[in-house]
Amino acid sequence: MTFDYAPAPESRASVEIASDYGLFIDGEFSPSASGSSFVTVNPATEESLSSVAEAGSADVDRAVAAARRAYDAVWGPMPGRERAKYLFRIARIIQERSRELAVLESLDNGKPIKESRDVDLPLVAAHFFYHAGWADKLEHAGYGPAPQPLGVAAQVIPWNFPLLMLAWKVAPALACGNTVVVKPAETTPLTALAFADICRQADLPPGVVNILTGAGETGRLLVEHPDVNKVAFTGSTEVGRSIMRTLAGTDKRLTLELGGKAANIVFDDAPIDEAIEGIVNGIFFNQGHVCCAGSRLLVQESVAEDVLERLKARLSTLRLGDPLDKNTDIGAINSAEQLARIDELAKSGQGEGAERWSAPCEIPERGWWFPPTVFTGVTQAHRIAREEIFGPVLSVLTFRTPDEAVQKANNTPYGLSAGIWTEKGSRILWMAQQLRAGVVWANTFNRFDPTSPFGGYKESGFGREGGLHGLGAYLKTEAAR
Amino acid sequence: MTRDQTPSNAVELGAFLAGLPGVDEVGARGRAAALGTRSIKNDAKAWALDTAIGMVDLTTLEGMDTPGKVRAMCAKALRPDPTDPTTPSVAAVCVYGDLVDVARGAVGDAIHVAAVATAFPSGRASRQVKLMDTREAVAAGADEIDMVIDRGAFLAGDTWRVFEEIVAIKEACGSAHLKVILETGELRTLDNVRRASWLAMLAGADFIKTSTGKVTPAATPPVTLVMLEAVRDFERVTGRRIGVKAAGGIRTAKEAISYLVLVKETVGDAWLTPDLFRFGASTLLNDLLLQRQRMATGHYSGPDYVTID
Repeated sequence: MTFDYAPAPESRASVEIASDYGLFIDGEFSPSASGSSFVTVNPATEESLSSVAEAGSADVDRAVAAARRAYDAVWGPMPGRERAKYLFRIARIIQERSRELAVLESLDNGKPIKESRDVDLPLVAAHFFYHAGWADKLEHAGYGPAPQPLGVAAQVIPWNFPLLMLAWKVAPALACGNTVVVKPAETTPLTALAFADICRQADLPPGVVNILTGAGETGRLLVEHPDVNKVAFTGSTEVGRSIMRTLAGTDKRLTLELGGKAANIVFDDAPIDEAIEGIVNGIFFNQGHVCCAGSRLLVQESVAEDVLERLKARLSTLRLGDPLDKNTDIGAINSAEQLARIDELAKSGQGEGAERWSAPCEIPERGWWFPPTVFTGVTQAHRIAREEIFGPVLSVLTFRTPDEAVQKANNTPYGLSAGIWTEKGSRILWMAQQLRAGVVWANTFNRFDPTSPFGGYKESGFGREGGLHGLGAYLKTEAAR
Repeated sequence: MTRDQTPSNAVELGAFLAGLPGVDEVGARGRAAALGTRSIKNDAKAWALDTAIGMVDLTTLEGMDTPGKVRAMCAKALRPDPTDPTTPSVAAVCVYGDLVDVARGAVGDAIHVAAVATAFPSGRASRQVKLMDTREAVAAGADEIDMVIDRGAFLAGDTWRVFEEIVAIKEACGSAHLKVILETGELRTLDNVRRASWLAMLAGADFIKTSTGKVTPAATPPVTLVMLEAVRDFERVTGRRIGVKAAGGIRTAKEAISYLVLVKETVGDAWLTPDLFRFGASTLLNDLLLQRQRMATGHYSGPDYVTID
């Protein structure tokens, strides 16, 4: 007999999913004006989880009006030290309910429970704790003696880290005294709706946080609404562009966190075993549904063969399957639509002459899945080296010298993140200065912390989320006052 | 030299060890911690408990050891759970050299008898004394020798001296298997652990072992991970499989199972045998037995339901 791990599923008992959900406006759940709704499914089983209201124009008006009233009457005038109490309370409730929220996130998104439990939820709580600490100290943040909030923020959240991206946006907005209307992604609304319940549990004044579920059209109505002061969007570069066009000529403030095609650069003097882990974590974490994923491996030619051999051996140990199993490393692809896109790009990689290798793992019969895949022999001219795949697909390119590594890493319309693997400290510093990417990791990858600003260069967007810099996106700067 | 050749002088060995890839401490700790979250249940747990029992080197290494104590431990090694004859025997008993004959007399040929030698645990003695220590243990019936490396020489940069000593002890062992204790708690860095692992394997170790158990920290998951990576890479270039023994500080069945996960996911299932992986422990065995009883009966018993030595 061999050591085969028995199934170790996390219990669903902590989660109660209602058969349908309304919109969360002014502290109450209510159906959409039109009565229309859509279904959210578990991507690992294709089972329907719940029916969720779809917000239309009248609902957006109502939510923005509620946010405006709350801003004018309650939240805007409230002293920072009082706002902080609410944020601390929310953070603690998130910690108390973290098991439930992690299971819910895995059910709706398809990500492995070990990631929602060990990465997403601790970071969600950390973002609220961190920003709660800022609420009464904003005059010391470097934005002038009495920095003022902007008003009502429209926040559009992606499906890859549903609750975490909500936290990145809601926590700083509230800490700075803004009220928010949040639009979660169409395929992953459930944790945002659970967050609405947490707001009520924390006695947050009605209208401070409003949650409108819906698809792209709801998001468009929200960001176009004339009484919104600030738009924060995380998602595709294509939608980001259209938001920018919409907002041109208005005085709405905007931050965009868009796509990426990050280079993970491995030098011949890298700590090889940890670099392999970094490559795996860089592109196979969250099924590659990560905007800052290390989707291009740039490996020095002299060690490329060794690195690839080790990488393939390591990938063969990854466990793909039930996201609720505590031993699952690779979960489900979030939607059929995303799977089709990954598939199409992978086929183009083969068509353009790159060599495809996929880890040998059994694909479940139902649900949407894609095995961890590595393309070798990729060149800068291939689509899989240029376009964001947003899936568990790694493109491997080689380089000969540090200069060439920098050139290739920067030769992309994106610029969200990069990774450097070398034991030579001086090279890390030199590379970090040359790379045009918002985040540069040295001998690690995909590490996040609320104190550290996150954001992109070029087509990866602008503005920063997190840290001191992130506060600036939700405060009037002196010049603008 | 390349990784599959034996170094022939100090310069070659020094250059080789310095050329090994570095270990990023944060990354190695992260990897070991991530594997520590594996959840082992039901059949997998039952298999792991029996496998872990069969990998124990049941150890007593105290100044107060007596023939009576050693004989009692040997009885337990052969029949760890007198209430359940399906319980496997442990892999070996491990004692000081002067008690080898007692241990061999008690266990016969049923299990291995390991002796700590070479001025264990500090290793602070002349080469002649260490060789004599080894030869006497083998002559008394030990078929496994657990030697310590000269950490002073290693840290002073005299790796060749350490290498030569292992070669000499290996020769003195004859047919007995040689486990080389790196005492990683004194080597301190994971870079040193990797270099010492390669040094020992190149010098002819059959096993590389983390610790004497007399120094804190003893075995830890990150240290064991780095040693497992070394044996994996050594097999890749030489085709030879070297064993790993995690010794000291492992007290619970849960920890032991997470070491088996570390083995499985670093070197693969081939290493999940007492020939290639061991636990050096005294108190671990009882927790493994308690967990095994719980799996069989469905409830926890208590410390009086397992024997104390």
